[in-house]
Amino acid sequence: MQKRVVSLWFPRLASDRFLRARTMDAPFALTLRENNTERLYCLNMKAEELGLRRGMGFSDARALFPDLQTCPADPRADSQFLRALARWAARYCPWVGQEGTDGLVLNITGSAHLFGGEAALLADMRARLSRAGLTARLGLADTRGGAWALARFGEGVALPDKTLEKIAPLPVAGLRLSGSVCDTLQRLGINSIADLHALPRATLTRRFGREPLLRLDQALGDQPEDVSPLPDPPRYSARLSLPDPIGLASDVMAGLERLLGQLCARLTDREQGARTLQLTLRRVDQASQQVELRLARPLRDPARILPLFQKGVETVDAGFGIDQLRLEATLVEDQPLRQISHASSGPDDKLDDLITRLGSRIGLDNIIRFLPADSHIPERSYITASAAYSAPGGAWPVLHHRPLRLFPPEQIAASGRTPPRGFRWRRMALSTARATGPERIAPEWWLEDEAWRTGLRDYWMVETRQGRRLWLFHTPQNPGWYVQGEFA
Amino acid sequence: MNNSFKDHFPLRKSRAHEVTGPTALSFAAIACGHGGKGAMWIVESWQQETLNPVGLAPFCDPAKVVLVRADSPIDVLAASEEALRSGAVSTVVAELTKPLGLTAGRRLQLAAEAGKTTGVFIISDGMGSNATETRWRCSPEFDAQDSTLQRWELIKNKSGTLKVWRVRWDAEARRVIVVSEAGE
Repeated sequence: MQKRVVSLWFPRLASDRFLRARTMDAPFALTLRENNTERLYCLNMKAEELGLRRGMGFSDARALFPDLQTCPADPRADSQFLRALARWAARYCPWVGQEGTDGLVLNITGSAHLFGGEAALLADMRARLSRAGLTARLGLADTRGGAWALARFGEGVALPDKTLEKIAPLPVAGLRLSGSVCDTLQRLGINSIADLHALPRATLTRRFGREPLLRLDQALGDQPEDVSPLPDPPRYSARLSLPDPIGLASDVMAGLERLLGQLCARLTDREQGARTLQLTLRRVDQASQQVELRLARPLRDPARILPLFQKGVETVDAGFGIDQLRLEATLVEDQPLRQISHASSGPDDKLDDLITRLGSRIGLDNIIRFLPADSHIPERSYITASAAYSAPGGAWPVLHHRPLRLFPPEQIAASGRTPPRGFRWRRMALSTARATGPERIAPEWWLEDEAWRTGLRDYWMVETRQGRRLWLFHTPQNPGWYVQGEFA
Repeated sequence: MNNSFKDHFPLRKSRAHEVTGPTALSFAAIACGHGGKGAMWIVESWQQETLNPVGLAPFCDPAKVVLVRADSPIDVLAASEEALRSGAVSTVVAELTKPLGLTAGRRLQLAAEAGKTTGVFIISDGMGSNATETRWRCSPEFDAQDSTLQRWELIKNKSGTLKVWRVRWDAEARRVIVVSEAGE
């Protein structure tokens, strides 16, 4: 059977995806940060009509057209969107492959008649894509290379065995050649594919290597090139149906143990670990109950996951009995194999299990770790990170004496540039016995911070005769005295 | 029974202890430095006063401290019990805002025994439970030479008599030094 291939090209995939959610009748562009500069990444039709181009500096574009609307691009979401499109395209044929970051390729051999012929198939595809708000260029030819060239450089249909006639007038760039080869060919006056085809093959190989001929042969069908469909993403779920309903927590745990065994074997094969697991228990009366387990570290060891489920399973109301268990790993992370040796102790298993158990009660985000940060501002000299998603690290150099307890600044009645001899704080009358300072800290002007509006701060460690050691500061630009911390 | 400072500090393991007073925090921070497995510090999430890890650094390694922010006093107790029982950390510090009942205190004590963990509960004055092993009151004292001087009073002791020490913290050696023993 004559092979037929459709190539789809989405010239404005990223901006189309973004504008699907909102309508915009103005020049619009997505920007992407590359090598420390913002560049235009994808533009809509209006912006292209203004003369803006991809890869242009964002500041240049905004200088030319101040009312250009922009938004940061998200290439990850774009590639996910392309995957979704590939899944959609499987309605036309089972062989759907991805072509670069902005195209699809479909092997429609033997499936066109289901849609009333090739022309009807292409018309249907075009109608559906334009209804979805996507700009698409379609090419149909006998080969993948020919369809690619037609989609990018001519948009048309090459009838069976007429690929050469159709693509001959197209530029050589239509052969998927690398940029340098294209440039050299054009410099030699070989502009179209017909020019290239007319050249003797031996000289061409000697001058340019195998690439141009390989691509030409692929486009003309002399070299086979297949469309490989995308693999299905792995599914991490397992199900257990029971002939008789069960009601004991220990029975559910026994069933869960079997499911975990299956699931973890699959995770081990792909060197992945589960982050979030969801157990759905279906009851005889069709109601279902769910137990969710969020783990502090990706895990794939059934013996460690099982006891962590215990608490959740015990809270389930079994009703008249449970007759189906379904376990799914809803969030999965890579967990490569690791060499264990006596020298390097592994991560702290017991602490991770504790964090998991606490996290299921009070939320995993409420369990945090301190990480050092590079700032003189006391509140910003450290950052907090979720303990489940960070590793302890960094050194904590003690440059200046800092209080153990920090609180929002509390104003006290005092004046002058040196700490007051006596003051009242939290209903206590305190008298200064020794003051160490000042240590001047300037606000970080590059960050907006309401608390630092008062300007510079001169910090003093004040030891009172009553014993309390406080951290006071004076704001010389906006006179006032505040207490911000207490030393232990 | 001998009643020197060494018998009481570092705090007895597998027991719950309580501490009160203005410098209770540094007492807890020093306790976190003992035992090799790190510490868990449990607070209520609404509290404005935060633990400053940079200030914690002279007392114990902030990388070894995991902070838990619980929504309610009940959650603080539940998290403390779970952490004490698991034995994954060597010290559990919890800042309590409500008086500890008899049952809660006893449960925490049992959990500490099960996990061989030291529990340190920071309480307000007069809020302690009967089940605790020791209760301390820590208050700062002014001294012309030294800015770390404190007065540590042992105000409850299940296995011995009460006593008062004046101590200071040696940041270089990372240890508590007893300056003098005050009267009973």
